Amino acid sequence: MSSKRGTLSRIKTREKIDGWLFVLPFVISTLVFFAGPLVVAFILSFKEYSFLDQTSIWQAKWVGFDNYLNAFKDPIFKKALLNTTLYSLGVVPIQLVIALILALIVDSDIKGKTFFRVAYYIPTVTSTVAVSVMFMFIFKTDGLLNKFLKVFGIPPYNWFGDVRFALPSIMGMAIWSSVGLYMIIFLAGLQDIPHSLYEAAWIDGANKWQQFWYVTLPLLRPTFFFNLVVSLIGTFQVFDQAYVVSGGNGGPLNATMTVVLYLYRTGFRDFKMGYACAIAFILFAIIFVLTLVQKKLFGEETQYQ
Amino acid sequence: MGKRILRVLFYILVIGYAVISIGPFLWSVITSLKPTSEINNLAIDFSKLSFKNYIFLWKKFPFARWMLNSIWVALVVTFGNLLFNSMAGYALARIDFPGKKTLFLAILAFMMVPGQVVMVPTFILLTKLGWVNSYKGLTIPFLTSLFGIFLMRQFFLSIPKSLEESAMIDGLSRFGIFFRIVLPLARPALTTQFILMFTGNWNSFLWPSLLATSDKKYTLPVGLNSFYGQYFQFWDQVLAGVMILSVPSIIIFLIFQKNFIKGIATTGMKE
Repeated sequence: MSSKRGTLSRIKTREKIDGWLFVLPFVISTLVFFAGPLVVAFILSFKEYSFLDQTSIWQAKWVGFDNYLNAFKDPIFKKALLNTTLYSLGVVPIQLVIALILALIVDSDIKGKTFFRVAYYIPTVTSTVAVSVMFMFIFKTDGLLNKFLKVFGIPPYNWFGDVRFALPSIMGMAIWSSVGLYMIIFLAGLQDIPHSLYEAAWIDGANKWQQFWYVTLPLLRPTFFFNLVVSLIGTFQVFDQAYVVSGGNGGPLNATMTVVLYLYRTGFRDFKMGYACAIAFILFAIIFVLTLVQKKLFGEETQYQ
Repeated sequence: MGKRILRVLFYILVIGYAVISIGPFLWSVITSLKPTSEINNLAIDFSKLSFKNYIFLWKKFPFARWMLNSIWVALVVTFGNLLFNSMAGYALARIDFPGKKTLFLAILAFMMVPGQVVMVPTFILLTKLGWVNSYKGLTIPFLTSLFGIFLMRQFFLSIPKSLEESAMIDGLSRFGIFFRIVLPLARPALTTQFILMFTGNWNSFLWPSLLATSDKKYTLPVGLNSFYGQYFQFWDQVLAGVMILSVPSIIIFLIFQKNFIKGIATTGMKE
């Protein structure tokens, strides 16, 4: 009897050790490359520190909330925040609506379903740098787009070089290149809806439109919430496209300056690293609040367990 | 009659968006095969198309080297993630160990923190370690992923315990169970992870542009961006570079696409 209990407790101890061994690589990596730097970034955001300084981070001068206060007085940061917000407001809804329509298409019984799924998803696996360069070619003054628009009598524009059109052009590019991801997730959600529900609705005399409105949409709510959160977080972190299109400077006239691009420039071009960390935490705060708001609005039934 | 028109309109929409979706690739491929003098012509003179731009980039510029860098970095990071994320995800789903709840809550909390927040201190740390402009710097910090662990945990929660329990009665250790029984079962989830991690890392631009400071260590996205900066008038060559960068990840996707779409459904990604 006692030996049995001994074995059991030995198994339990063994489990505890094994559990930690399994998570150990992740725990070490996260402590060194994420949690640790996160704490340092928070401290730095209250300091004035340059990489080129001879002093260490710990000796750098405390400046209190100056970095945060300066950010909201900084016209370029404000412009970057405005651009990023406009970008997000434009991209998120259009992207999700197109993704849902495409998901419904590739979930229906059309011919060549696999071909269309793959065709719609391919832009998503393509590098943002490659996509940006391709679009610059197609959108250039004597490029394909302007030649096409000429048919409708629209004069040629230098889309990425024009202050009015640079940001909307990047938005179009972002929608094009990421719609596939949200389509696939919607598709997975659609395939989870039990067929019997549609049959029941059909027996009750619901037409296709009513089935979509009263069966599909309500049951797709958790998927929709997931997509909304991912899309919003992603758009607030836009960097690659703005960097490639503007050659890294956010031009023309800061029309494509985004929060992360500005963070990159302040931190690694101007070496104002304390200020860069403050910008990073402002970005974090915005994303955090937006996620909480969405959870309140859409996510009551979403659980992780 | 009305139904028929609707059907036609539907197919126009379906095919129209496919054209929008892959049209830019087709146009870029064709242009990359043209001589520089022809790039602005809408007409395609098939007798003039050739692979000379690709050969030129391969021989006169370090595209081959950048490609090898990209392959090496993407493979190391991807396999690191497959192993470590599934180990951690498995422990969080199945093993009872002290601190498990806290750890999971920490993962959920950290997932909300945008990666750029730690960019400055991590860069300083990597400089101190002497890892900037080295393969170590491009791979080691990226070997695990919070999101990847979360997906694996969700997957392991969804598969039945019975096989593991019978293996445990047979006296197999946790590591034995994990490598011999659980991992083979996790094929669909691992395929999804593989595609997400490989394409994500292959296409990654922000970190490599910070960490690769000499063109010997550039990955393809960083290399292409710098090549474009210097040779932007030569669209035929630039677009050949675009293809060298984008075709490998498209091929990987085409190979695994069937399992990928299934995998997303089973990893509970949509929750």
